[in-house]
Amino acid sequence: MIYCQFMEATGAEIVVRCLAEEGVEFVFGYPGGAVLNIYDEIFKQNKFKHVLVRHEQAAVHAADAYARATGRVGVALVTSGPGVTNAVTGIATAYMDSIPIVVVTGQVPTPAIGLDAFQEVDTVGITRPCVKHNFLVKDVKDLAVTMKKAFIIAATGRPGPVVVDVPKDVTAHLTEFDYPATVEMRSYNPVVKGHSGQLKRAVQMLLEAKRPMIYAGGGVVLGDASPQLAELTRLLGFPVTNTLMGLGGYPATDKQNLGMLGMHGTYEANMAMQHCDVLLAVGARFDDRVIGNPAHFAREQRRIIHVDIDPSSISKRVKVDVPIVGDVQNVLTDMLALLKQAKEKPDAAALNAWWTQIELWRSRNCLKYNQNSPIIKPQYVVEKLWEVTKGDAFITSDVGQHQMWAAQYYKFDKPRRWINSGGLGTMGVGLPYAMGVQLAHPDAQVACITGESSIQMCIQELSTCKQYRIPIKVVTLNNRYMGMVRQWQEFFYGSRYAESYMESLPDFVKLAEAYGHVGMRIDKPGDVEAALKEAFSPALKERLVFMDFQTDQTENVFPMVEGGKGLSEMILAEEL
Amino acid sequence: MRHIISLLMENEAGALSRVAGLFSARAYNIESLTVAPTEDATLSRMTIVTTGSEDVIEQITKQLNKLVDVIKVMDLTDGLHIERELMLVKVKAVGAGREEMKRTADIFRGRIIDVTDATYTIELTGTGSKLDAFLEAIDPAFIIETVRTGASGIGRGERSLKV
Repeated sequence: MIYCQFMEATGAEIVVRCLAEEGVEFVFGYPGGAVLNIYDEIFKQNKFKHVLVRHEQAAVHAADAYARATGRVGVALVTSGPGVTNAVTGIATAYMDSIPIVVVTGQVPTPAIGLDAFQEVDTVGITRPCVKHNFLVKDVKDLAVTMKKAFIIAATGRPGPVVVDVPKDVTAHLTEFDYPATVEMRSYNPVVKGHSGQLKRAVQMLLEAKRPMIYAGGGVVLGDASPQLAELTRLLGFPVTNTLMGLGGYPATDKQNLGMLGMHGTYEANMAMQHCDVLLAVGARFDDRVIGNPAHFAREQRRIIHVDIDPSSISKRVKVDVPIVGDVQNVLTDMLALLKQAKEKPDAAALNAWWTQIELWRSRNCLKYNQNSPIIKPQYVVEKLWEVTKGDAFITSDVGQHQMWAAQYYKFDKPRRWINSGGLGTMGVGLPYAMGVQLAHPDAQVACITGESSIQMCIQELSTCKQYRIPIKVVTLNNRYMGMVRQWQEFFYGSRYAESYMESLPDFVKLAEAYGHVGMRIDKPGDVEAALKEAFSPALKERLVFMDFQTDQTENVFPMVEGGKGLSEMILAEEL
Repeated sequence: MRHIISLLMENEAGALSRVAGLFSARAYNIESLTVAPTEDATLSRMTIVTTGSEDVIEQITKQLNKLVDVIKVMDLTDGLHIERELMLVKVKAVGAGREEMKRTADIFRGRIIDVTDATYTIELTGTGSKLDAFLEAIDPAFIIETVRTGASGIGRGERSLKV
């Protein structure tokens, strides 16, 4: 009997021990009534570090960024009610970008559920549309196995967030603790190997191509398939483009890379997408910001091979000829093996002509901007940041113009270096993202490219950065406007700038200092490089540096494909 | 096109809301949905009647398959199948109409399962269109109340949906 009691653990202990068993390094969270038992167990352990954020949204963003930067499952812990509702933005952000996180949420005690108890919300109901799966654990005996399922579901197949809702009484109940090595789920078996017949058809199609194009998305990064993509692309000699989520999946500085495609993609990438005859889509989903109007896209004849782990991503917006469901790394590896065995080679003459055409498009130099401006150009700041960090930093961004400039001008040569909210487009992610990345990679250079509007949506996290000495560099492109909103108002609303001007901005230098950090304000183009060099100098290596760059208020992001327009109908900077 | 989709899923709390939520979130049509546990109490069997283009139906089946609790999905309309719906109709049954109502129920192989001086409650089973036909065959002024279960479906012959 005594032995038996010795083996028993409370629900709270079980949660903490499960996280330790999973090898979790960091739990990002915020305590509250419903999770106090769990926090008490966290106090007693030293297997993982808890990072106290200042708002639950930031806890989930930081866990999400940790997952993006490492490939491991990120973990957040929040209390019931408002803890959960604050976390929802973070969960939805991770869901849209298929990021593996487990969010443990407190819940009111089981007898109180449904009685409108203090800090009660229907967590499973509220989060259902923005999670891969969620659980309400009503019996402590189910807790360990549910935690295991949560980690398996989050990390496998198409990854995504999983919520585990744990009522307070369950965290107090006792049961024997046994963490299973794995759990079989009859209803959950993601396909990982591509169909061999489809693979053969795909390879045949690639070898017959006259104007081929490879379109690589976030799946390449999430599926750790960058080496395979690089080998395949080089073996075939084909042009490749990365989506916003796929940046770094293929080296940006490589000649075969045409840059990002889509609404703010390069001229050459968008033209090649539109005019190719065989398109290999890998871990991408043809979304509205990528191919524009699907009817316009479909006007040109092309055959499409689509590799994705999620069958529902295939033929959702664009009909494809060869669907291949599977893990992109597996599929590309199999494709490479078939290509190496094949007797045929790609049509060199056709490929030559295609590259000549592409170089013509590329010579438009669509990303050029005024280098002699007396006002700081935001593009210039990003280019200098790339130079100063030798292209080797982890870059997080918020959402808007600065995000697009970061994507266009910081050339990512490695995967998992570019951390942004592509799907949901959540303003405010940049700073908490940078925290998650820097904690995961303490020795790396981490910069958050942001705007004066976005940064204020989670600016309270400067306090978290102080507490844990997180030395990120904040690069604020401050144009006193919600830049992307302003741009759309200029183009489509007769320059009526309704509520997009940011009045009464704080003095960011003083604000940074008030939080215990280093603040800098940069007004002149000539000071940009020196400021960046100082921020990344050994003297400030241990410090968070908040750089407030006063940038050109009227600068717009080009090229641009208007909503509803086709990919080849870009507006270029020179056309205005 | 009208499709009847059958699925097996884990019989757990919230299973129904995952399916219903999917249909509303993605703006899919839903004509009827029936659900109950199977002979294996850990499983729920659901029949969903929906309409949409082939592309939409393909997305519906893919999205249903993607739900973690869903074990198997089958579009019954892809092959031979049987479809049945149960309807209970409470009608006025007075005077000359009382005998007429019984005759009509007999023609449709309905059974009168509850009787008062003034009403009959009729039980009818069949395809949705047969139930519609019955309601059209009687004078609408006599209908007090109708309850329909929505369609349940099963494949013909060897065709089956099992774990």
